[in-house]
Amino acid sequence: MSIKVLIFASLSEQLGLSETELAADNLHTAQDVWNGISQQTADAAVRVAINQEYAQFSSAVKSGDEVAFFPPVTGG
Amino acid sequence: MLIDISDKAIDPWQWLARAQAQLISSGALKQHRFGASANFIGTMRDFNDDQTIQAMELVHYPSMTKKELENILHEALTKHAILQAAITHRIGKVSPSDTLVVVAVWSAHRNAAFEACREIMEALKHRAPFWKKEHTDKGARWVAKNTQG
Repeated sequence: MSIKVLIFASLSEQLGLSETELAADNLHTAQDVWNGISQQTADAAVRVAINQEYAQFSSAVKSGDEVAFFPPVTGG
Repeated sequence: MLIDISDKAIDPWQWLARAQAQLISSGALKQHRFGASANFIGTMRDFNDDQTIQAMELVHYPSMTKKELENILHEALTKHAILQAAITHRIGKVSPSDTLVVVAVWSAHRNAAFEACREIMEALKHRAPFWKKEHTDKGARWVAKNTQG
């Protein structure tokens, strides 16, 4: 049972990672997922989405979720 | 509503004509009931922060992009007295003068169309998960934040 993690744009380049799977055991919040991919504190500007919806680092995650981390969006 | 994400060049005038025809033919927009349509067309500049931009890459988070654009249009259709709304957004490699985004809104009267068009565009800029990487003569760089407007 795992959690799919996606990282986009400049953040992906900084972490050297765009996609990974983490074992869901002991991952309770998006912050736990972040800690699973980086040893550094996330910049305050980093946004998190759970299952394609904006969420908070304190938001709960569960097995089967897709958790994404990305910098401020700049489309349009 | 109508949402397109395109990795090919967008001709904004053709897209607007096609979007309106499609919404009418599907019954989503009733002919003779709209008296106003407001459109926003975003085009790539060749400068940003005092640097010349030669090209740009637009990347996105495909499954979330669609959801978030649907949320944005749904909110506009709920909040404003508009009849229909549509968005197309470019992804991939783009060059100066390329169309990056088109927002279109149809309503009975102008005020709702103007207001909704602006709000949709601002929401897109702040919420839709797209990112721009600029190619300048000094190398490539990610755009860190939106301009003020």
